[in-house]
Amino acid sequence: MIEQLIIEGLAVGACYGLFGVAVAIIYKTSDVVNFAQGEMGMIATFVAFHVLTVYNVPFWLAFILTTAFAILLGMLIEFCFLRPAKDPTVLGFIIITLGAEMLLMGLAGWKWGAEQKDFPFLLSVQKMHKIMPGVVLNEWSIGVFVLSILIMIFLFLFFRFSKLGIAMRATQQNVNAAKIMGIKVERVFSITWAMSSLIGAVAAMFFAARSVLDPNFMMEPFMRAFAAAVLGGLASIPGVVVGGLLMGIIENIFGYVWPEWKPIVAFVVIVIVITIKPSGLFSKHYVKKV
Amino acid sequence: MLAVKNIETWYDLIRALHGISFEVKEGSIVALLGSNGAGKTTTLKTIMRLLDDDQPEKGTVEFLGQRIDRMDTEEIVRLGISYVPEGREVFPELTVMENILMGAYTRKDRRNAKADIESILNQFPILRERKDQQAGHLSGGEQQMLAIGRALMSKPKLLMLDEPSLGLSPLLTREIFTIIQRINKEGVTILLVEQNVNMALKYSHYAFLVENGRIVRADKPEILREDKDVKEFYLGIATETSVKGYKRYRRKVRFR
Repeated sequence: MIEQLIIEGLAVGACYGLFGVAVAIIYKTSDVVNFAQGEMGMIATFVAFHVLTVYNVPFWLAFILTTAFAILLGMLIEFCFLRPAKDPTVLGFIIITLGAEMLLMGLAGWKWGAEQKDFPFLLSVQKMHKIMPGVVLNEWSIGVFVLSILIMIFLFLFFRFSKLGIAMRATQQNVNAAKIMGIKVERVFSITWAMSSLIGAVAAMFFAARSVLDPNFMMEPFMRAFAAAVLGGLASIPGVVVGGLLMGIIENIFGYVWPEWKPIVAFVVIVIVITIKPSGLFSKHYVKKV
Repeated sequence: MLAVKNIETWYDLIRALHGISFEVKEGSIVALLGSNGAGKTTTLKTIMRLLDDDQPEKGTVEFLGQRIDRMDTEEIVRLGISYVPEGREVFPELTVMENILMGAYTRKDRRNAKADIESILNQFPILRERKDQQAGHLSGGEQQMLAIGRALMSKPKLLMLDEPSLGLSPLLTREIFTIIQRINKEGVTILLVEQNVNMALKYSHYAFLVENGRIVRADKPEILREDKDVKEFYLGIATETSVKGYKRYRRKVRFR
C-alpha cells in the first residue's frame, strides 16, 4: 500500500518538479519569479485543446503546434512586458508578471469561456499497468516519468556542456561581465523565456489531463509547483526536481491519511522549511567576495 | 587606433566626464592615471558602452577609424576590444575552464580557439591547476589572471584593463604588470587604468592624468616621473616645507 502511495506521489511530484523547473529557469537567468507561468501553460493547453477539437488534428501534431506556440508566447511576453521595463525593481517585475497573468486569464476566458472542459489527452488516467506486485501505475504517470526524465537529462547536458547553456548561467551570475564577453544578453533572456514556456506548457498539458480545463485550472498547480521549487531551493534545477518529488510524496501520503487536510499540507511543509532553512533544502548561494 | 574625442558622460544629473580626449597608438601601453572618482573607470565604461544607452552625451569614440560610440557592447567586443573590469568580475559559479570558454564566446573558429585555450593555460600555469574549480573559490590574484586570460580569448586588438593591481600584494602586482608587458610584446595594444601611479609609470609608454573628469596632463612617463607636482601628489614623495621653521603647510595644486 505504502509503495503505491509513494509511486503515485512521485508521479504527481515529477509533474510539480517539471513545472517548478520552468519557474526556476527564468529565476536562474534573470532573477524574476514569473507569476504568469501557470497562465502561459494554461493558454498553451487551450491552444492544444482548440486544434484537437476544432480542427481534429492528430495528437502528435497538436503537441508540436502547442510547443511551437509556447515558445513564441514566452518570447513575446519577455519582449513585450519585461524588456521595455527600465531599471525595474524585483517588486516591479512581480507586478509585471502578475499583470501578464491577469491578461492571459482574461484572454482565455474571452476566447474559450469559463466552463470546464475535458482535455483529450493521449495518455489516460484510468488505464492501469501493473509494474510491480502490489503496485499499479496509470499511463499518465508513466508518461510523466519518461518525459520529465528526458527533459531533466536534456537540461543537465544543455547547461553543463553547450556554449549557450554556459552563457545562460554566466548571464545569471553577472550580466555586465556577460556583455563584456560579447554575449547578447537580450537574446539569452528571450531563449530563457522560450525554454521555460515550453517546459511549462508540457507540464500544464499533463495537469489538464489529470483535472479539468478552464481558465483557472493552473492556479493551484502553479502555487504547489512554486512552493515545491522554493522547498528545493529556487536556484538549483536538481533541487527543484527533488523538491517537487518530495512535495508529491508528502501530499499523497497525508492525503491518504487525512484527506480533508490534503490541500494545505504542502503549504504547511513549505512554511516550516522556509522558517528553518530560508534558501531551500538544496540551494547553495554564492556570496560575492569583495 | 583608439581615438576618444571630447566625450561627456552624465550619471543622471551629474556630469562625470567633462570632455575627455585622448588617443591610443597601436602597439603601445597607455595609462590613465588619477585618484578616486576622477573618472577613469567611467571613461572605460563609456568606451565599452556599459552605461545608459544615451551615453556618452557628447563626443565621439573611434576605433580603427570606425565610430563605436553608439554601438552595442557585444559589437564592440567583436570589433576587437576586450575589457577586464574593475574587481575582476569573473563568473563565480562557473569553473575556470567555463570562464575561459565564455571569453571565446564571439569566436567562430572552434579549432583555433582550442589551441588558444591551451596557450592561455600555458601562460597562466596556476589556472591549469585550478581548471575544474569554481572561479569564485580562487584567490584575488588568480581571479585577476583568469579575468585577463578570459579577455585574451576573444583575440583582442586592444585590451583595456581597469585597476589590475586592485587588492593584490606588491609581488603579485609586479607579476601582473610583467604579464601585461608580455601581452603587449605579442602585439596587443593596452589601455590601462591605475591608481598605483608608480607601477603604471614604470610599465607604460604614455600616460594621461585624469582629474575631476578632465585630462590635466599628458606626457611620457619619464617626464611625468620627474615632475614636481606629480611627484608630490601622485607618487607621495613629500616636499612639505616649513615656513619660519615651525608652521607646516600643504601646497595645493590644481592641474588646470
